[in-house]
Amino acid sequence: MITEILKGMFITFREIFKPPVTIQYPEVKRPVRQRFRGRHELRRYADGLERCIGCALCAAACPADAIYVEASENTDEQRYSPGERYAKTYEINMLRCIFCGYCEDACPTDAIVLTDAYELSAFSRKDLIYTKDMLIVPPPAGKPGTPQKVEEGAYNRSILPEGLVSEP
Amino acid sequence: MADLINVYINEVLVSVPKGTVIVDAAKKLGVNIPVFCYHPKLKPVGMCRMCLVEVGRRKIDRATGQPLLDANNQPEIAWGLKLETGCTTPIEEGMQVRTQNEVVKKAQKDVLEFLLTSHPLDCPVCDKGGECPLQNLTLQFGPGTTRFDYNDKQHLDKHYPLGDIIFLDKERCIQCARCIRFQDEVADDRVLGFYERGRTMQIDTLSEPGFDSKFSGNTTDICPVGALTTRDFRFRARPWEMTHVPSICTHCAVGCNLTLGTRRSARDRQWEILRVMPRQNEDVNEIWICDKGRFGHHFTRSQARLTTPLVRKNGQLAEATWDEAIKLVAERLNVVYGHVVGFIGDRVSNEDAYLFGKLFREGVKTTRIANRPHVAGADLVQKYGVGSGTNLGALGKGTVVLIVAGDVEETAPVYMLRLRAAAQRGAKLIVANARETKMDRYAANSLRYKVGTETQLVYGLLNAVNQGSGIRDQVAAYTPAKVAEITGVPEAEITAAGKLIAEAKDLIVVFGDEQPYDIMVNGQYTDAGRALPQACANLVVATGHAGKANNGLLSLWPHNNTQGVFDMLAANGAQWTPADGLKALYIVGSDPIGEGQTLPKSEFTIVQELFLTETAKQADVVLPALSFAERDGTFTNAERRVQRYYKAIAPLGQARADWEIIRMVGEQLGLKWTHYLTSEGVMAEIAATVPQYSGTEYAALAQVTEAWPPVGSNDLYFGGTAYDNRGGVGVQIKSGVELDGQSEMNWIEPPVPSAESTLHVRQLNRHGTLIDQSAVYQPRLIDAPIEPAQVLKGA
Ligand code: SF4
Ligand code: SF4
Ligand code: FES
Repeated sequence: MITEILKGMFITFREIFKPPVTIQYPEVKRPVRQRFRGRHELRRYADGLERCIGCALCAAACPADAIYVEASENTDEQRYSPGERYAKTYEINMLRCIFCGYCEDACPTDAIVLTDAYELSAFSRKDLIYTKDMLIVPPPAGKPGTPQKVEEGAYNRSILPEGLVSEP
Repeated sequence: MADLINVYINEVLVSVPKGTVIVDAAKKLGVNIPVFCYHPKLKPVGMCRMCLVEVGRRKIDRATGQPLLDANNQPEIAWGLKLETGCTTPIEEGMQVRTQNEVVKKAQKDVLEFLLTSHPLDCPVCDKGGECPLQNLTLQFGPGTTRFDYNDKQHLDKHYPLGDIIFLDKERCIQCARCIRFQDEVADDRVLGFYERGRTMQIDTLSEPGFDSKFSGNTTDICPVGALTTRDFRFRARPWEMTHVPSICTHCAVGCNLTLGTRRSARDRQWEILRVMPRQNEDVNEIWICDKGRFGHHFTRSQARLTTPLVRKNGQLAEATWDEAIKLVAERLNVVYGHVVGFIGDRVSNEDAYLFGKLFREGVKTTRIANRPHVAGADLVQKYGVGSGTNLGALGKGTVVLIVAGDVEETAPVYMLRLRAAAQRGAKLIVANARETKMDRYAANSLRYKVGTETQLVYGLLNAVNQGSGIRDQVAAYTPAKVAEITGVPEAEITAAGKLIAEAKDLIVVFGDEQPYDIMVNGQYTDAGRALPQACANLVVATGHAGKANNGLLSLWPHNNTQGVFDMLAANGAQWTPADGLKALYIVGSDPIGEGQTLPKSEFTIVQELFLTETAKQADVVLPALSFAERDGTFTNAERRVQRYYKAIAPLGQARADWEIIRMVGEQLGLKWTHYLTSEGVMAEIAATVPQYSGTEYAALAQVTEAWPPVGSNDLYFGGTAYDNRGGVGVQIKSGVELDGQSEMNWIEPPVPSAESTLHVRQLNRHGTLIDQSAVYQPRLIDAPIEPAQVLKGA
């Protein structure tokens, strides 16, 4: 019996010299896996226009019915995205989202992407409905945000050439 | 039907009437032959080649004219060398059709691959995506890939306004010409056409202003792709996000069946109607609606709607609670026993009108209710209206339709489509009016009479028919020669029209109120106003055309429920007697002051309304009512078909349904009305107590029948996007004659016009409280009653 106790004590003693597996969250954060799925963001093109065209396919694909999209029409005076259609309202209810990433798969323009961010807490349920303002990324450095006033007829396709190639 | 022909489709026998095309025959069997350009309501053109099938015909022995038989005693079949278009090929006896073999499948794949080479494939931003025949057929019959280089696609204008409401995406159009053909063949507004050739062939509008038609919205439904979109619905929602609720149009007396596409916005948590589409009812509107019905729904969510009861305090209307308002109303109605008068508009539902009548009969103990606005002849239509089983879509050879003093397109647009189609099937139209109307184009006889002489003309026709036992002496004076003199219509035309009527197997008399006389003066119906309806009724009775299906009177009522409100008031014995020195006036769904009339003097006025109308502004209590989309109810259309509509969106504010408000007042007055829990309960009582309305319980109204052509559901063939009927086709109630078999003729001396008589003209696109709320429809609305040149005066 005494040998068993010593054996156990030995293991404990041995572990003392190993580095700890726990980390000091939130001061220290663990790197996430490459394919981790966290909070969404809405991307932009290099010229600052929004990729999202308000097609609501993400909302259709979402098994948790977490997304709500309302589309509206672009004009060259007030252009949000290429083509005729943009998302006037875009909301994700983070309480409902199950982070399956189907919305990302459904998106024809690679606009909605799940990022690494996982710190999704708030003091009220309402704050966990992420609106378009919260989801959209800032325009690239030196580029205007949206809406933009653009040259007439310059953006009559719903997708820019760079959108035709899926990003890695 | 006689003349059934036997054909074999994929080896299965089907018997269909002679003249049926292959795609229809296949559909009867449940076999889908994909189509794009073919549409069951339009003539086949064979433009898209999507419907290719392999056809075999019997070999015929030239000597005997009999089919050759093979060893098994079966007719020998010669299979065609080329595929044929199933939409243009009529079936023949013994024909064999293959729709699913390899050759046909290959052809379908090729046609689709070819169509898609010039299609932008932008389904994600396309309004049709999700209910698109091109999407559906590509998935079911098309190739998975293409040999076409994406970069070679041609780019055309994606935002081309054809008119004020309809936009064209030139890339998406597959040149099926359904829209053009609808405008030409059904609406008879030839405002669309193709220009250019080959790959750049495009649709354009030929009219100025663009797409000038009252039926333009229908093209967006039947377009098999998303090439045509409406300003109203463009990008507002994807089809699958909406809840589709059956409803009834409230803009005219046709009572078109609608499907309301609704959604609750996450932004403001409000339900709203995003689009209005036709719902198939082959007895009423087939699959069409007019633009006013399609775009005139915005009043249901107008900011101007009343949302709380208002009570006048210190001279100002101020918000109040329901309790307070209802108590006040009941108090005023109660105290002044007998000095109360009710006004009810003809847009409210049957339930509302019935309870209002009952409230007056039992609660207020008076029968003094006026139907507003005044119409003459509702009693005659109740009695001699078109018989139950009438279907304008079935009229053809042997039917004569006499249209007097009404502009069908302006008053009841969809009847214009249906009567025109009837004329094309062989029905004869006699169009009599003081001015030219669109119906004149389809008339066998156009009779243009002098303003105000319509009644004389009707008697002239009756005289020419040489019937009319009860009033023979009076009619005898109206010989065609004399009537020709009075009306200015040549005698020969009167006799010719009379001959048509005399020979008619079925006769429908459609009358409007485009005449110069006042229908009501000092609260009494005038003889001048009633003369025309009475003359029409006499004509129907004298010629023996009352009380039968496809026979009788049809009135172009000014509003959606004129007949129903009349019936409900009549059932409660309501009568209008003029009065002044009133203690209370109770007005429901009517705006006499806004219409330029004066109200009788009253100490206290109650108004039940959607909006703060001119009349409501003068009221002491204003009670907020619900629009048709926020409640259940029924309307009775001009053909006396009782139709049910359903609650589609949540009520606005504290507003309540008219019948519910009336019930609250009734209960406050001490009536035991707790059993009216729902509008269904009210209708059940109507069905049980009003003889003509028996059989109109909600459950009966919700019955649907199978209809041809099949649309909606999983149908890919019909092409366009229409909704099948899941809300009920309604019940056409019996006319009085059918119930009691009694008919009589009465004589009202035809009024004589003065030089001052000006025609009252009805126009669809006049400004109005409800339609003014639709911003999208504003460009179509007109101020002037009619172009000055057309303002017609009496002789
Ligand atoms: S990750 Fe899945 S559950 Fe979350 S919003 Fe996207 S589709 Fe919906
Ligand atoms: S617009 Fe639509 S209906 Fe008209 S031709 Fe093109 S595809 Fe056909
Ligand atoms: S050719 Fe037959 S459907 Fe178009």
